[in-house]
Amino acid sequence: MSRPAIVVDGLSKSYQIGHAVERYPTFREALTRRLGSPVRRLLGKGGNGTQETLWALRDVSFEVQPGEVLGIIGRNGAGKSTLLKILSRITDPTKGRALLNGRVASLLEVGTGFHPELTGRENIYMNGAILGMKRAEIARRFDQIVDFAEIEKFLDMPVKRYSSGMYVRLAFAVAAHLEPDILVVDEVLAVGDAAFQKKCLGKMQEVAQDSRRTILFVSHNLGAVRTLCTRGILLQEGRLILTDAVDVTVRRYLDSLEQQTDGDLSRITARRGQGRTRLRAVTIRSEGQITTTLSTGSMVRFDFLTTGSLPRLSCVWAIYDQFGQPIASFDSCRQGRDDQSDPGAPMTLTCQIDEFLIMPGRYRINAAIYSAGVLQDHVEGAVFIDVVPGTVRGRPTWDNGGFGRVMLPHRWITPGGREASDEGHE
Amino acid sequence: MMVVPRSSEKPAPASGVLADAETEEILPSAGVGSRQGPAEGCGPARPQTVIQPRSGWIPIDWRELWEFRELLYFLVWRDVKVRYKQTVLGVAWAVLQPVLSMIVFTVIFGRLAKIPSEGLPYAVFVYAGLLPWTFFSNGVTHGGQSLINQQHLLTKVYLPRLFLPSASIGGALVDLAISFGVYGVILAIYGVMPSWQVAFVPLLVLLTVVAALGLSLLLAALTVAYRDFRYVVPFMLQALLYLSPVVYPVSLVPQRFHWLLALNPMAGIIDGYRAAILDKPWNLVTLTVSTLSALGLLAVGLLYFRMTERKFADIA
Repeated sequence: MSRPAIVVDGLSKSYQIGHAVERYPTFREALTRRLGSPVRRLLGKGGNGTQETLWALRDVSFEVQPGEVLGIIGRNGAGKSTLLKILSRITDPTKGRALLNGRVASLLEVGTGFHPELTGRENIYMNGAILGMKRAEIARRFDQIVDFAEIEKFLDMPVKRYSSGMYVRLAFAVAAHLEPDILVVDEVLAVGDAAFQKKCLGKMQEVAQDSRRTILFVSHNLGAVRTLCTRGILLQEGRLILTDAVDVTVRRYLDSLEQQTDGDLSRITARRGQGRTRLRAVTIRSEGQITTTLSTGSMVRFDFLTTGSLPRLSCVWAIYDQFGQPIASFDSCRQGRDDQSDPGAPMTLTCQIDEFLIMPGRYRINAAIYSAGVLQDHVEGAVFIDVVPGTVRGRPTWDNGGFGRVMLPHRWITPGGREASDEGHE
Repeated sequence: MMVVPRSSEKPAPASGVLADAETEEILPSAGVGSRQGPAEGCGPARPQTVIQPRSGWIPIDWRELWEFRELLYFLVWRDVKVRYKQTVLGVAWAVLQPVLSMIVFTVIFGRLAKIPSEGLPYAVFVYAGLLPWTFFSNGVTHGGQSLINQQHLLTKVYLPRLFLPSASIGGALVDLAISFGVYGVILAIYGVMPSWQVAFVPLLVLLTVVAALGLSLLLAALTVAYRDFRYVVPFMLQALLYLSPVVYPVSLVPQRFHWLLALNPMAGIIDGYRAAILDKPWNLVTLTVSTLSALGLLAVGLLYFRMTERKFADIA
């Protein structure tokens, strides 16, 4: 093969934590700090002993061949975004070096540079120019972009009047029609409605098929990563842990999620949200005992214990299979007739499932806690469960080898015949 | 692999959990089809980018600025377009601003304070000063805020950051052109005929751009790190207005202090505008000192901007 599209060699990036905390240093502070320590300043930079260095990226090296689609996988704070920012030239590395062969375009946010007052048409040109397209290039692809975004009728309306769906569609459409040699994409699929995500993924895949196009892709949607990418790298606390085929990398990542917990949620550091209350534990009860092994069709109760009582506490959680595909999701804000409230347990949210209609296999649970609609905590891999064969309305379930994840209660009407039943297939 | 945060005000377009679920079924069948034909005009020349730590002053990459020149055009165009959107009077504001200032200054400083205006109608005199001053003041105000007001352009995308303050100056230039048109009308009304020296005006405009850009770059870079400058700039400009011979002629200041006055680049520049348009004698002392001072300001601005630029994304 020809020379690699990307060579990353010992890339590291550190941040001064002092800076991160007092985000907007005032000029006075800087002045007094400098003026107050002229001697230290003359002697060199070793002045501020209180500042701590945080390594967001440590000695990361890898190569990407032209035409490869590389998925970057890791937990929040593992350094994925920092890596992409360095490769996009938004920020400089502290150490190390990277070589990019070809025209680079990065898409770290959908709609960067969109101005609400400008019309759709104007924003297409503006956004295209910001992403590095020439005017003539934009003009040539203009119709394609409009077509893809499905906003033809609203082209001359200011985008501030667009629905959020239209806005996102337009923004993605512009970016999707960039034609760089190297495309860097961060989590852009997390926005938009399902139909549009479908379309975006299709477009991404089309781009990925092009053997001249090299893509770096970050997404929390592991399904998308597995489908789009050929290879994956796994980052953990700023270090590169693994470079391998994407399936291997995803599996290793899911394993690492499992190892972190051992049931004690306070040990998980990769969290999101405001943190005024945290998820302390998830306990699962079935058939009278606390367990993580459940049988299909059984009655199950999930208790989400938080560390503090806040107003309007709510919980969103989801079950994922071992390939990272979501199977079911739950949201305590979507109320049903039989929901109850229990003022006696102000810090616990309980989700009662009368029939656990999930087929045998291993599953992971992500959970998020909100207070008054504001995210307080989000834990990936809060708990792992094993589902074993059970009975659904009198019908025994079986390990179907992952061929379908749910069991729908059903009845058969068969032609009958004595030998047909109870035998199974061979 | 996440539960998507839900906002309380606006229902999210779709719960991410569910949206994720869609993708599994979709992907295998998604448009794999044929690739587009050979890339249009995509020659064999593949630019190579080297990324490594840099320190100190980063030389200006002229080739890159040239590559991105259309972006500068778009940024200026957006600046102008957005400024007067959703205003009833629209572009008329570009005319009204200097005219209203002229009227206020003429009444207060011309009529009440009776400040001398070198034998010219005060309105004609003061407008010649307001032309470059309004440009400078608007340019510096917008230029100084251009980075913090567009932080996402620093943190989410790479583009030549020098263009952001530059575009604000470009936007102010458009207003300056309109103001010049208005001045033509005012001169006609007062029956003042500009001399042939008007030919020097483009050079003076260039010098004004140098001064405004220099200060904008410096302030923009400082404001990213120290938000204090947001509040400093309005005061600074107000002080500078009175340190510039906008409402009074340079001749009001004793000759031996002219060089001192001209350390403020706008002093020599404004004086120059009057000389060029209103056929007044050129004051070579103020013009020379101010030219050097403007160039010095641009050098300092560029230097500081390029020294701090690589940290913008980290601290913005």
